[in-house]
Amino acid sequence: MAGQAILYDATKCIGCRGCQVACKEWNDLKGEKTTNRGTIENPPDLSADTWLKMQYFETGDVQNLHWLFGRRSCMHCTESACVNVCPTGALYHHEMGFVAYNKSKCSGCGYCVEACPFDIPRTSGSVVGIRHATKCVLCQDRVTNGNIPACVKTCPTGALVYGGRDEMVAKGKARVSQIKSKYPNAVLYGEDELGGLHVLYVLQDTPSVYGLPENPKLPISSTVWQDIVRPIGWAAAGAVVLGLGLNYVIAQRKIKLKSKGE
Amino acid sequence: MTNHWVDIKNADCILIMGSNAAENHPISFRWVTRAMEERGAKLICVDPRQTRSSSKADIYARLRSGTDIAFIGGMINYVLEDMRKNPENYNIEYVSQYTNAAYIIKDQVLPGDNNGLFSGWNADTKKYDKSAWDYNGGTSPSAESKLLTNNWSGWSNRANDDADTAWGELNANCVLRLLHEHYKRYDLATVSKITGTPQEKLTEVYAEYARTGARNKAGTIMYAMGITQHTYGSQNIRAFSILQSLLGNMGIAGGGINALRGTSNVQGSTDMALLSNIIPAYIGVPNDTDTELGTKNSSGVWTRESGYLKRVTPVAVTNPTGIGGGSSNWKQHFPKYVVSLLKSWWKDVDPAISFHYLPKVKTSGQNYTHIGLIESISAGNVKGLMIWGQNPAAGGPTSLGARNAFAKLEWMMCADVWTTETAEFWKRPGVKPADINTEVFLLPAAASYEKEGSIANSGRMAQWRYKAVDAPGEAMPDLEMMDEVMRAVKALYEEDSSSVFPDPIVNLTWDYAQPITADEVAREVNGYALVPFTASGRTYAAGELVDSFLHLQADGKTSCGNWIYSQQYSKASDAEKTNFAGLLTEVAGVQVINRLRKRGTTDSATHPIGLYPNWAWAWPVNRRIIYNRASMDLNGNAWDPSRAVLSWDAAGKKWVGDVVDGFGSYGPIALETESSKKVLPFIMNADGMCRLWGGATMNDGPLPEHYEPWETPFSTNPVGHGTLNDPAAYRVGGGGFVIDDVDQNPKGTADKYPYVGTTYRCTEHWQTGIMTRNLPWLNELQPNMYVELGEDLAADLGIEKGDKVKVSTARGSIEAVAVVTKRFAGMEVNGKTIHHIGILNHWGYSGLSTGDSGNVLTPSVGDANTSIPEFKTFLCNVEKA
Repeated sequence: MAGQAILYDATKCIGCRGCQVACKEWNDLKGEKTTNRGTIENPPDLSADTWLKMQYFETGDVQNLHWLFGRRSCMHCTESACVNVCPTGALYHHEMGFVAYNKSKCSGCGYCVEACPFDIPRTSGSVVGIRHATKCVLCQDRVTNGNIPACVKTCPTGALVYGGRDEMVAKGKARVSQIKSKYPNAVLYGEDELGGLHVLYVLQDTPSVYGLPENPKLPISSTVWQDIVRPIGWAAAGAVVLGLGLNYVIAQRKIKLKSKGE
Repeated sequence: MTNHWVDIKNADCILIMGSNAAENHPISFRWVTRAMEERGAKLICVDPRQTRSSSKADIYARLRSGTDIAFIGGMINYVLEDMRKNPENYNIEYVSQYTNAAYIIKDQVLPGDNNGLFSGWNADTKKYDKSAWDYNGGTSPSAESKLLTNNWSGWSNRANDDADTAWGELNANCVLRLLHEHYKRYDLATVSKITGTPQEKLTEVYAEYARTGARNKAGTIMYAMGITQHTYGSQNIRAFSILQSLLGNMGIAGGGINALRGTSNVQGSTDMALLSNIIPAYIGVPNDTDTELGTKNSSGVWTRESGYLKRVTPVAVTNPTGIGGGSSNWKQHFPKYVVSLLKSWWKDVDPAISFHYLPKVKTSGQNYTHIGLIESISAGNVKGLMIWGQNPAAGGPTSLGARNAFAKLEWMMCADVWTTETAEFWKRPGVKPADINTEVFLLPAAASYEKEGSIANSGRMAQWRYKAVDAPGEAMPDLEMMDEVMRAVKALYEEDSSSVFPDPIVNLTWDYAQPITADEVAREVNGYALVPFTASGRTYAAGELVDSFLHLQADGKTSCGNWIYSQQYSKASDAEKTNFAGLLTEVAGVQVINRLRKRGTTDSATHPIGLYPNWAWAWPVNRRIIYNRASMDLNGNAWDPSRAVLSWDAAGKKWVGDVVDGFGSYGPIALETESSKKVLPFIMNADGMCRLWGGATMNDGPLPEHYEPWETPFSTNPVGHGTLNDPAAYRVGGGGFVIDDVDQNPKGTADKYPYVGTTYRCTEHWQTGIMTRNLPWLNELQPNMYVELGEDLAADLGIEKGDKVKVSTARGSIEAVAVVTKRFAGMEVNGKTIHHIGILNHWGYSGLSTGDSGNVLTPSVGDANTSIPEFKTFLCNVEKA
């Protein structure tokens, strides 16, 4: 598959979060006011100001404990629900393989937030038309100018690398076979999921341990938009405006419930 | 580090102990990861807590904080017995020829037979007579010849199933037998009883690490403050030295004992003698017994015949028959370095006089380290305090006592990038500023990007740093501040003819440009020819920079601010003129180069093991792996040819690869015919040997022995004798830190304080947080002061994650957020369940993110040799706040 990809090797990650800070620094995202909730993990969730956050998982018992580090950010899917549902074309597939974003086109509808099977995009507020969608754009401005993403640049151990996707897949597979004896459940995540992700993970345990869907799928609503609504054309689209409006109301309600739940 | 950061990639096994490298030295894990991925290296982490480092380990072994000597002592015992039975698995030639294993020591009693004390203890002075630990024969020792035979073939009972029969054959006073005699007490059961580490885990670690004893294997030890911050911290490191020497891991690529320094230039600061026991470059500080510099001979050359130079300059040991090489005793050159230093500081003064300008420390009754300094302040003996880039109100032990002590000062000056707890001690929570009479000056300092200069990293590599932006407001580089202060002080002394002993200040050579530049200081440190002279065929004009310390003179013809840094800035080679033309400048008509500015990115062409010899410069003389003559056998063949550090070019009569340790034209020991050219690898020791037996180097014994921390959950030493604490540790008896009749440093007991407290850092903040707690991005990651405790203890105490808890010691109490984790768990130790409480040390009352300081809890007791405080183990209590 053509295009570029990030390979994150959780078995080389030391959870230092240099990537999390580098992301904020490059993308000019402000530090959130947080509190220690009894874990060193912070902020609590992705947000308009946090596009990448590291996660910590203590698995096993005390005698046989594994402290795993996971990475939460846009996976840059080939079959991307967010691109499918984006009514304005603000989210789109860049020829380099990642899911790019044009803020000036974004209406802030929030469909991407609902559609993403990885629960990644966030919006910058609650007022449609003023707010906008936010997510990792693979340092679009860096990579299209010959640089590597900020998170990769800062990674001290080589847990994050960036390059041609085919090469990243090969590298990931080789690494998995190298570590299988130490970590029998090790897998490469993202080779085939959703048509192939442009962020690949070498995991030392099964994806669900890291909170990742074992078999991520596009939500039906996003395929309806892609496969039915768009082919009909804008002229015929009026018929579904009402339905979409309803969808929007439901989506907003879900988002609100969710944020209350947090 | 004896080696350097990149070299970690060459290791077959990496032992991280007393360090949390992944969190506190994240970059080191680039090389740890490389070693694991590319060499299949094994990573072993030994720590009371599972950390981000141990998350990557092949073997994680938990131990009770403060029991490292028992853990490593057990490994030494394991290795000695295994080595005796299976010498083919070890590098016996290395042990015999490069360590003092065979040497005979004066008659000894060991702690196992002497209630926990070594020979020479004086109960009245509470000090050892260290000469009791010398070689028998002093500088002309003899050796157990059986240990100098090929693969110990002359040791007939070597492989005997009965250990006593085997060891009993050797001379009772030979080092290897003494080592065995001492460490045989550290059997698995005893070690497990002390450390709490299960016996099978001990065996797993010992067997894995002992594999690096093979001739072609390399094991490295990475350590940090978890090793040093104990009342016996220096002996912890000595235990590593013994282990690494036995395994032939010193001087080789992928080996060594590697101190991961905790701040970016702490290596440079110790090199430059920001310590009270040395003058620059690790030469002993003058003391009140030194009545004169030394003896000046008829040619005007200062020698070690008398005085201070005699005391600090060792005499070479004549090694016994059977040792292939001889001692080159590099420290014999100390008179050249001392005289050149005096000429650097007081260019126009006879060293006989300027020696008396140096302060002399008292040999008894006064400690000049951090704890001693705060005690002196508390006693009202210090009027003013200048604090540069330090924060003792939060960073030193027993913070409440330190903050109380500062009110005894008439004035205090703090230079820092942000304000600090120290600079704000007078308005800290709970005090009335009106009650404090100390005048405090806060000088805004330029940050690292706002000034030019050099820093030396843990691998002894000094790199030039450039200024990127101007400092904001009135902030100034520290160098400029010091220059202004010194000029003002000098002017005051010059004006006032009645001032007390003005000579050291009035006569001080202080002729820097205005504004002062780091570049000229780097040249001064390198050293100059003060008058024309010739050394080793090199003729100098006055004012030239000396090529290196090889040309320094003991007659006052040269100056040098720090001999180990000599060569950092000197005459450019032809290759440098070609490849680094942009860095050349001219001094006294000679093209010179500041080598710290070099940024060559190619590895050694002949020895591509990560030396990168043209990237900056490492002391001494750009040697990247020190004691590198130990990387090969007597014939000059690398123990592991695939990781050769050096090769002898017999035709060219020179070494290729790294910069060889001393005497570049002297080849391998066995190939040289003149005995004076047979250079033993450990050139800084008077015997040229790596010391299994420490001799008179340490204050608390020639071998490390397990003692309990000052505050311990146990009333007797579980190693099985009657000496509970390190007998020579600083202030274990208490006293000395009393303010207005209140002891600031009381000792807690296990009935009131049942848990073991230990302090440490997290990745996201740094030191007392001055550089990080003012940055919103880092505060977002770690917003509050927290402590870590195990799920089992938390359940017992009804503490849930995120709860506020109160942690207290005999010295104070703090509040913190509880992080409850599986990574800390209770341990069964010596019949007790021991719980650890992990306490972060980043917070204080100043800055953007505030919280209580971990050091409110820590004790003011110090290591027997360095007085570094025992931050890593003390008794505490924890309860829901």
